Amino acid sequence: MRVGVGLPNVHPGTPRETVLAWARAADAGPFSSVGVLHRASWDVLDPLEALAAAAGVTERVSLVTMVAVAPIYETDHLAKSAAEIDAASGGRLVLGLSVGARREDYEAAGADPRGRGVRFEEQLAGLLDLWEEGGHRAPPVLVGGTADVAFARAARWGEGYVHGGGPPRAFAAAALKAHAAWRDFERPGGPQLWGQSYFALGGDLDHARGYLREYYAFTGPFVERIVDDLLTTPQQVAARVRGYAEAGCDELVLIPALADPAQLDRLSEVLAG
Amino acid sequence: MKVAVLGAGPGGLYAALLLKRADPAREVTVWEQNPAGASYGWGVVFSDTTLAELREADPKTFHAITDRFVSWDAIDIRYKGALVRANGQPFAGIRRTALLGLLQDRCAELGVELRFEERVEDPGALEGDLLVAADGVHSVAREHGGFGTRLDEGAARYIWFGTEVPFDSFLFSFRETEHGVFQAHAYPFDGTTSTFIVEANEEVWRDAGLEGASIEHSIAFCEEMFADDLRGRALLSNNSAWISFVTVRNRRWRDGRVALLGDAAHTAHFSIGSGTKLAMEDAIALARAFERHAEIEVALKDYEADRRPRVERFQEAAAQSQRWFEHVGRYTKMEPERFAFYLLTRSGRIDHTSLRVRDPGLVTLVDRRLDPAGPLLPAPPSLQPLTLRGLTIANRAVVAPGPLVADSSGAPSPQSLAVLAAAAREGPGLLLASAAVTAVGRVSVEEPGIHADEHEAAWTSLAGLPLALELRHAGPRGSMRPRAQGIDRSLAEGWETIAASPAPYGPGLPAPRELTPDEMNAVVEVFVDATERARRAGMDLLVVDMSRGYLLASFISPLSNRRDDRYGGDLEGRMRFPLQVFDAVRAAWPIERPLGATITADDWAPGGAGIEEAVEVARMLRDGGCDLLRPVAGQSAWRTLPIYGPTYLAAFADRIRNEIGIATLAGGAIETAGQIDTLVAAGRADLVLLDQTPES
Repeated sequence: MRVGVGLPNVHPGTPRETVLAWARAADAGPFSSVGVLHRASWDVLDPLEALAAAAGVTERVSLVTMVAVAPIYETDHLAKSAAEIDAASGGRLVLGLSVGARREDYEAAGADPRGRGVRFEEQLAGLLDLWEEGGHRAPPVLVGGTADVAFARAARWGEGYVHGGGPPRAFAAAALKAHAAWRDFERPGGPQLWGQSYFALGGDLDHARGYLREYYAFTGPFVERIVDDLLTTPQQVAARVRGYAEAGCDELVLIPALADPAQLDRLSEVLAG
Repeated sequence: MKVAVLGAGPGGLYAALLLKRADPAREVTVWEQNPAGASYGWGVVFSDTTLAELREADPKTFHAITDRFVSWDAIDIRYKGALVRANGQPFAGIRRTALLGLLQDRCAELGVELRFEERVEDPGALEGDLLVAADGVHSVAREHGGFGTRLDEGAARYIWFGTEVPFDSFLFSFRETEHGVFQAHAYPFDGTTSTFIVEANEEVWRDAGLEGASIEHSIAFCEEMFADDLRGRALLSNNSAWISFVTVRNRRWRDGRVALLGDAAHTAHFSIGSGTKLAMEDAIALARAFERHAEIEVALKDYEADRRPRVERFQEAAAQSQRWFEHVGRYTKMEPERFAFYLLTRSGRIDHTSLRVRDPGLVTLVDRRLDPAGPLLPAPPSLQPLTLRGLTIANRAVVAPGPLVADSSGAPSPQSLAVLAAAAREGPGLLLASAAVTAVGRVSVEEPGIHADEHEAAWTSLAGLPLALELRHAGPRGSMRPRAQGIDRSLAEGWETIAASPAPYGPGLPAPRELTPDEMNAVVEVFVDATERARRAGMDLLVVDMSRGYLLASFISPLSNRRDDRYGGDLEGRMRFPLQVFDAVRAAWPIERPLGATITADDWAPGGAGIEEAVEVARMLRDGGCDLLRPVAGQSAWRTLPIYGPTYLAAFADRIRNEIGIATLAGGAIETAGQIDTLVAAGRADLVLLDQTPES
């Protein structure tokens, strides 16, 4: 299993330079990818913009959206931006997409959330066509989402599934469904399975938990489960990496709950050790 | 801290005493509208794990309970005149009034204030830092908060009796009547008396004339029906009435200072455990949360986080169990041991392996029944043979290595043939592969066929392998790109496709041509030609694919068949052409070789057909000489809403098999031999498609 790291692109107030420095450091560290989240309703860096910038300051790591809320973009724009990032990075883009879970994201983008499932499916099929027509390499698409239809979408138009986070047991349950969808649609091979987990090693843990509470307030009481799942010790990080590997994960991206660059250094040490 | 508990049932009393015991400074008051001695119901059952928790929470209460309880170690299943006993099932029962009495005593001893016959009209006005709503299924307190409550009524009616027959086990007794099946759930709770619940599907109950019947009539009816079990003793009423089971679910268990507990928070069908057990476990969790946290909000959060997910899992198992009893009439064609095995494994919490540990003798008997002429010490069900017509399949595991790829002639490529040969060496009972019956019936150019001499030669090279071949015509899902490029993406320059109706399969896909009655004969002919090639190639079993939006499925599903001729309309019309194909294939296929069909058990789409219609499809196919059905689901239309999970297709195979009596091939994320053992031993499927997750 490969291990990647998230960029702090959805931490309000984090300068663009910090995000880019983080990407540069990750590229030089023990990581296989840098991942970005998407929060259209906050004044933070758009995931595609973040990866476009990261493409220029990295040479090696995959650049992955985990995930971008696809239906709030015009499909043409999404296809074009993705193709540009992929070309600029020498084919390092991995495009994680979903319908999203927050109404605010649609409101912020002035998009209509009604019929978003159908629209998303048309986008997934449309992206492949647009890249082909434009003569671009089709970057691998991962589909995210918790409803079972997400696995069907992944099997039909994607290369894999990107999980939203949680203990290895939750990931394993999703992995089983992804494999089931692959067989259901008679897709050759198997899905690429990506996972993510939040970490905060040292630093202001109350601030880290407060950030998660704010970010995931839309999940209601479930937010406490997300807060409890935060990895705060080297032992927890090691156990999570092993647990995901055993659950069949191909790449686990560890997402920072704190935007302090020292977090990346500590995580690098833990993974190197 | 000041605590008000609403409801003096076992959960409320136990929560009150545990909270008081942990900190005597707490002021704990229990409010109850009924008098102290009033109680409905008879006995309460605990499992040994619950008893262990009670011991830890308060040894004194535990000892008071164990002084008064009776315990047993078996489940008896009486069915069709046979009695099947399952050992190794430890439970304990206690009279409900005795339990309430000892909990009240313990409350009084600890200084909990008990206020009986005081109806609380407005729980919001009650004083207290914490308000525990333990006031039952129809909780008043729940109305005063936002808990996201959902109540679901079951499809059965049941009535709660006592009887002075001291059973020595948990008894499930089933009686077939002209109206349908009635069942009793009975268990002892002291040395002389037992609880005796009678239950039946609502239609059966109504048909038996019990709607509106007097209690005297209901008692007489049940006494007569279960006279053997009751040994002539009477059924005793305690405000007994026929009711539907109400499942209570709450999205949240707390709101401000209010916490839900017991039946107010959740109920789970009585067939897998008592509500009292769950309520007392809630009380333990609540008291523990207050040991860990002083702040009420944090403690309640902890209580809910600890307890709700566990109860929800229990409720899922209970719902499985409840549905099984509601529809038990489906399973009455089974022999007693198989029926008993299914009953014991119905909720998914016990499987073949764990039941074998509890009662090896019973499981050996169940396994032997699969092959009475077989050895004294039977192989596990997954490894037992199955005979369909003249074909004996060595074991119950089916493997579908695929998808296969065609060479330039359209025959399965040498690599694909090698994959099949390698899979055969792993020892499955059958290999399952699919092939197109004609070039325009291919999904993509990569799909192998069985419509030319080269194809036949390639398939013949596999002679000797246990091979089931699925004959497919892709219909409106043909002319697509290779599967690796995505599913249902049309070829830029493909071929014309055909379907029941001329609607494209999905947005952006070309429209198929509507098949005319004249052209149908040509389609029948290509199926017959493929059948003859399969016969000459030495295939053991042939399966006609009528599923997932392909050509024949496009006739069957109301989503894709818009015809107004005799091939559309009602199910008989929609099945007309698929049955013509099936009959022609049956006629061309050697009589001693079995023939199967893959059907869509549920369209998994709004406006689509479900399992009821699939059962009728299965019946028509069985009557046409079909030996094996493989139910799958979804993909009838472009927009499909699947439900994935472990063994997700097994319920369809079960329903079809047991409702119409035909062998079924179950599939759907089944990965272990243990799962096959459980499904086959329970009579839920005859063969199982084993999904092998590639090693990561």
